[in-house]
Amino acid sequence: MSTVRFLIRRILTGIVVLWLVSSATFFLFFAAIPVQDVARNLAGRAASPAVLQETINYYGLEKPILVQYGHFLGNLVHGNFGNSFYYQEPVTTIIKQDLPATISLVIGGTLLWLIAGLAVGILSATRARSLFDRLATVGVLAGISAPTFVVGELLILIVYTQLHQHGIGFIETGYAGITSGVGPWLGTMILPWVTLAIVQAAVYTRLSRGSLLDTLGEDSIRTARSKGLSERRVLYRHAVRSAMTPVVSQLGIDVGGLLGGVVVVESVFGLHGIGQQVVTAITNGDQPTVIAFVILAAMFVVVANIVVDLAYSALDPRVRIS
Amino acid sequence: MSLLEVTDLRVSFPTADGVVQAVRGVSFSVERGQTLGIVGESGSGKTVLTQTLLGLTPGGQISGSAMFEGKNLVGLSPRAMQRIRGKEISVIFQDPLTSLHPLYKVGWQICEMIRSHDKSVTKKQAIERAVELLGHVGIPRPRERVNDYPHQFSGGMRQRAMIAMAISLSPKLIIADEPTTALDATVQAQILELLLRLQQESDTALLMITHDLGVVADIADNVLVMYAGRAAEKASKRDIFYQPHHPYTKGLLESIPHSSASNDRLKPITGQPPSLITLPPGCAFHPRCAYVMDRCLVEQPNLIPVADAGEHKSACFLPTAAVGLTEEAEDLRKQTVEMGRHAQAVKVAEAIAAAPESEGSVIA
Repeated sequence: MSTVRFLIRRILTGIVVLWLVSSATFFLFFAAIPVQDVARNLAGRAASPAVLQETINYYGLEKPILVQYGHFLGNLVHGNFGNSFYYQEPVTTIIKQDLPATISLVIGGTLLWLIAGLAVGILSATRARSLFDRLATVGVLAGISAPTFVVGELLILIVYTQLHQHGIGFIETGYAGITSGVGPWLGTMILPWVTLAIVQAAVYTRLSRGSLLDTLGEDSIRTARSKGLSERRVLYRHAVRSAMTPVVSQLGIDVGGLLGGVVVVESVFGLHGIGQQVVTAITNGDQPTVIAFVILAAMFVVVANIVVDLAYSALDPRVRIS
Repeated sequence: MSLLEVTDLRVSFPTADGVVQAVRGVSFSVERGQTLGIVGESGSGKTVLTQTLLGLTPGGQISGSAMFEGKNLVGLSPRAMQRIRGKEISVIFQDPLTSLHPLYKVGWQICEMIRSHDKSVTKKQAIERAVELLGHVGIPRPRERVNDYPHQFSGGMRQRAMIAMAISLSPKLIIADEPTTALDATVQAQILELLLRLQQESDTALLMITHDLGVVADIADNVLVMYAGRAAEKASKRDIFYQPHHPYTKGLLESIPHSSASNDRLKPITGQPPSLITLPPGCAFHPRCAYVMDRCLVEQPNLIPVADAGEHKSACFLPTAAVGLTEEAEDLRKQTVEMGRHAQAVKVAEAIAAAPESEGSVIA
């Protein structure tokens, strides 16, 4: 019961946040500049005066700003983001096209970096100051410092090019939807996953190592040992369990943020995801698409935060509302 | 044969600042069903000493022996140690607020301990046992509270839950490490009473670590006074309170506040306990001792029997007959000090006398 009420409250706050973001977007794009400029932004730089007039009529840009605002919000509620003049199709169609690549990238990458980051983090914490720990620290430093585009290009050079030179064609660039078969999909996703995971795993290694070292020093861990539990049980059931809370909140922030577009990785591998599309839209001055992606990104962050809050209350009874 | 026989136990920790000599050769024994109180200030090594018995001092260099029912706890394999922890020897820690795992239900934590030592116990049986134990240690409505999380318990109740856990497998020895320090006075008394009752019911031996002589007076049979990692005095509770020999024990007794409305000011022991990295030469207590003599600066006194009773031992160069708080004993001490104190020791004594009283620590 309390969880339901908690969820409802968080969803309501989430809606308020989205409303604020879209309002800010609206006023930036529609209200802060002259009508002619708005029309030009929406229709593209090359639009003829006739097209501009058509755009003004279509969007009702000469109506009072509050009427336009109501119209804008009404469209949003119905999932209508308008048309991209660049592609001559509804923005929602573009979103539907680009979202699967980004989602594939983020989910696969997340799993990979979580497994790698937590495994190395836990091993480092339990063997603090050992050779393994020191090597891991160096690896973390390298992972955090390495620019994504360099890692991506290196992987293409080493894996993709080498395999192709030897006539092995499994690894491909571009994006093959999962509908085209799991094999081709994996072939296009593996390198992007690894690229994304290398940087993120470094962050998670450091985070989980630090958090676990802290919890291992806690009194409750000493109690667990004094109960006669095996060291494995003390580590996983008691210490790791406590150490996971900061990891979970970081994960929510990261996944929420990345779903809004992973610009560099998508661009390096030509995945045509949200991130790559946003950059294209900005370059083309494709304003309806930019607006839609801003709101979409905000929505992912809001949803991720709600999920984090739910996970938090599942993990830690102290934050549960009684 | 004693239940636990500790001989010349030494524990040190190498750190960046130097080697911390936490325990420097302590011997004692605990008999079945008896209570040994270990008393000392913070940093006297009492906690390290007892945690070492269960192998809970990682990174410590340990020598000496601790025979528990014929097994040496020092150097025991991790697996054998696991079987002893909780089952044969259980521990109640100082801070009940942090000792329980915050993310697991209290009952679950008790069940986990029961089932980790006896796999044949079903979950249901373990829960039943946990309910029974919680009721036994005085937690009201145990059947509901067994599903509570630690944060839903008050400090006193958490300590009761810790005690329930500690007695769940009927161990032969319970180590209680300042179990009442973090609790307020009325709850302290209740917890001590509970420990005493449980101990009498089950004939468990108790190792009570405390800085509070009042606690010792309540429940101990024998007392070990520790100072800077060594035993200062070892005696029956009666002898500690009425026939103290070591000046440190005497100082502890004189710094107990009496609840009677006397106008006597507390007499704190001046100065601070020494750093366990750079210990003073000779007797570690000499920089704070009102009876400091020349030999105390260079020679380390060993525990020797004092007065008539063979079991009463003290590590001090004062005459063995100088026990108790009587004027005769005090005269004897003064005479001895007069003969044994020259050049260096006089300076130390003057420094102690000149130290402002406010810098001393009242321990009780």
